[in-house]
Amino acid sequence: MADIEVKGGKKGGSKRKKLSTRVDLTPMVDLGFLLITFFMFTTTMAKPKTMEIIMPSKKKTPKPNKVKDYTAMTILLSKKNKVYYYYGIGSDPANPPKIELTDFKPQGGLRDAIIKLKNNVAEYKQVNVNQPGVEASDEATILIKPDTNSTYADMVNSLDEMQINGIETYALIDITKEDRSFIKLKDNVQSSGN
Amino acid sequence: MPKNKLPRKSTHIDMTAMCDVAFLLLTFFMLATKFKPDEPVIVTTPSSISQIKIPPNAILLTMDPKGQVFFGYDNTEAKAIMIKDMSESRMLNLTPEEQQQFVIGASFGGSLSQLKEYLSLDPYERKKFPFKGVPINDSSSDLTYNELVYWVQSARSAGDNIGKTPRICIKADSKTPYPKVKKVLDILVDNEIDRFNLITSAEAIPSGSAADIAQQGTDG
Repeated sequence: MADIEVKGGKKGGSKRKKLSTRVDLTPMVDLGFLLITFFMFTTTMAKPKTMEIIMPSKKKTPKPNKVKDYTAMTILLSKKNKVYYYYGIGSDPANPPKIELTDFKPQGGLRDAIIKLKNNVAEYKQVNVNQPGVEASDEATILIKPDTNSTYADMVNSLDEMQINGIETYALIDITKEDRSFIKLKDNVQSSGN
Repeated sequence: MPKNKLPRKSTHIDMTAMCDVAFLLLTFFMLATKFKPDEPVIVTTPSSISQIKIPPNAILLTMDPKGQVFFGYDNTEAKAIMIKDMSESRMLNLTPEEQQQFVIGASFGGSLSQLKEYLSLDPYERKKFPFKGVPINDSSSDLTYNELVYWVQSARSAGDNIGKTPRICIKADSKTPYPKVKKVLDILVDNEIDRFNLITSAEAIPSGSAADIAQQGTDG
């Protein structure tokens, strides 16, 4: 189809006749396969992934789990993608937790804090083995409390950190007045420090 | 044929056939590629390391940065049943053509009273339709005011009818304020829908993390 032999079939022509007039289709085939590869990859890669999330059902009201203070870490999501966290559940007003400010950076961010929590929990369990309130099944528990000025990206990023760090127990709960005051306190310390 | 003619034959391999195959496949892939349907809003999803694919027959709730909700449904069969029921139960008086337009159309993000007007527009005009999102009100259990619940429940019952129970996918923009997302989640949880898929773009698993180690464990 593609090869057009102008002088083909005629006998006794000049020497030129021996030159092939075929079009070399190799580059065209290359191009074709390149495009195929492109379309194959784009079709599979354009599919977005999903993250499954199961919210606690309000109708069934399961027995509320008591979070042990030593396994817990509270993450507060605030404006401008800022993340505040403290270890423990911060329920003791006489002894306010130490608030840290961090972000979602892969290095030196929230991830390191979560890894530290996991190590702390493992260590505590080893040291206080057979103590009351310490069970082998205890694991790091994270409470995520997004403030009203946080965004959806903060929520997804923090849920993603749970997955990245293999945290099995975590909950997305409403922020409390106390937590807001913790953020405010931390911000004040930060601004006066500078 | 005299034998001395043989050496004159070309030693070239004929690429025509290969070229044909290549372009045939190319055409196939080009046509098979499912292009993104025309969405009324452009949403940039946050990324996560999740590898779960979008479930089939999903109800897609798109949320734009302002928190407006758009309803989409990835199941034309159920969509047809759904719009027929809705047209009857809510006295929308949609013509069969308008119903068909809904079935093949993209996400809808308006109140039910706007639906007929929207569907009667031609496709080009429809793209410019000033959407304000599916109404979500605080009285979340009251179906008269909360159309999102009505949409989702209609879609679910239509899906159940044909044996394809849909899952709910939420596709929100990175910049959507958290309270808006929470409101949608709360409304759905109130109505006994507690399993969601949050649509995210893919991201590489950081090496050395717990998830990375867990994955290597399953691979090896």
